[in-house]
Amino acid sequence: MLDLLFRALFGGLGVAAVAGPLGAFVVWRRMAYFGDTLAHSALLGVALGLLFDINLNLAVVVLCVGLALVLVTLQKKHIIATDTLLGILAHSSLSLGLVAVSFLDNIRIDLMAYLFGDLLAISTTDLYWIYIGGAVVLLLLTLFWKPLLAMTVNEELAKVEGYPVEAIRLLLMLLVALVIAVAMKIVGVLLITSLMIIPAATARRVSNSPVQMATMASLIGCVSVGSGLWASYQWDTPAGPSVVVCAALLFLFIYSLPKFNRV
Amino acid sequence: MTPLITFNNIGIEFDNRVLLNQINMTIHQGEIVTLIGPNGSGKSTLIRTLLGLQVPTTGKVVNHSSTRVGYMPQKLHIDPTLPLDVSNFLALVRHVDKKRIPEVLARVGIEKLAKTQVHVLSGGETQRVLLARALLNRPNLLVLDEPVQGVDVNGQVELYSLIASIRDELQCGVLMVSHDLHLVMAKTDTVVCINQHVCCSGTPQHVTGHPAYQALFGVPGAEESIAIYAHVHDHVHDDHGDVLSTQSSEPDKTCHH
Repeated sequence: MLDLLFRALFGGLGVAAVAGPLGAFVVWRRMAYFGDTLAHSALLGVALGLLFDINLNLAVVVLCVGLALVLVTLQKKHIIATDTLLGILAHSSLSLGLVAVSFLDNIRIDLMAYLFGDLLAISTTDLYWIYIGGAVVLLLLTLFWKPLLAMTVNEELAKVEGYPVEAIRLLLMLLVALVIAVAMKIVGVLLITSLMIIPAATARRVSNSPVQMATMASLIGCVSVGSGLWASYQWDTPAGPSVVVCAALLFLFIYSLPKFNRV
Repeated sequence: MTPLITFNNIGIEFDNRVLLNQINMTIHQGEIVTLIGPNGSGKSTLIRTLLGLQVPTTGKVVNHSSTRVGYMPQKLHIDPTLPLDVSNFLALVRHVDKKRIPEVLARVGIEKLAKTQVHVLSGGETQRVLLARALLNRPNLLVLDEPVQGVDVNGQVELYSLIASIRDELQCGVLMVSHDLHLVMAKTDTVVCINQHVCCSGTPQHVTGHPAYQALFGVPGAEESIAIYAHVHDHVHDDHGDVLSTQSSEPDKTCHH
């Protein structure tokens, strides 16, 4: 039991550490709903992965990136308002995923685990995925920190100064897709975005610079995972939702404190 | 004078609407050119074409050798969830030499704001920060989109003086859009009035004795910074910017196509 719990903690901390900095970008660029849409589509990725017998994480990454590309293309055509478009894609891809899963007669699939996460079912392979995938995400974030931030601050200025804005935007989507793929097992597709945006939003209150906010988001995410898992163990509550509740409580706590300085 | 950039017969159409038509213009080293024109006349579109943000339908922008553009956008919107101070904002410039940041901040007179969050800057301070960013990579062509927007009259005078002194110091070309049809910077060498096409261009006249002008700008030194560009059209535009008729009482003083 304890071994199981440590594995869950280890996995959860890895995911939180990566989701924090990326969540900061999601918050800065107002991509919360975008992240949600990608996360919803992850279930379809799982179904397709099972259907074609390929690695589930890989299937999720490929599907998320594919969906992100479709989204950007449709967005550019200005057919319909972006939030409506996101709503359509989010729910139709989630429904499509649920329908596809129902066709998988001979494969037993724990739907609840994919929707809300199953921290206690983390395997060693999952841990590899989390730590290798997470390391890749953090490495790319560090390497491309300046262009990513320059694009976030002002896309036109970045473009005029010669940053390859289109490529950087694609990179950010790829990173979000990767985090969704590795975080899916922990909190489930419906709660992934919360692990990105709640710690980042909490970190805003106590940060004076982008680097500080990204680091704080990681730490706050880790604290949420730790306390959520502890609560889950104590009161036998579902692990994923417990982590999210803890993150929300931390948010409320930090924002109820008086402001110390001008941030 | 060395030419920096040339607009070669630029035309832009969007959704069957003509935004720009046959724009020909050259900006030289050390020259200040002010673009004026009514809302929707294509000023910003022309600037965006120069910057490569907009691809022209016809014609092209000729970038002469070693032109380094410093761009100052109209405004700076940074999401309030992004904590960012002025130094960090300036450090985002591509290939920036960070050691130059204090020097450039001092040049535009805001060295004390280095650690101030960008969200709490006033209109005039924001414009100076944007100007500093444009200056960081030692440009020889400054492109300023409404540089005095959101700044009070005293602040406008100061900003215009600052831009003129930077021009004198760097001997760079300056292309700026003015938000006002009649008030432009006095140091402007050429004023270009556009409304889809180039309506007229010429030097701004010094009208320091004008009572309306003095009532507005009774500031010491103001007369050296702002001038009224009096221009008379010899034609009338309809709502689409097409020329309707040619009528003029003083043919020698009017603008032509």
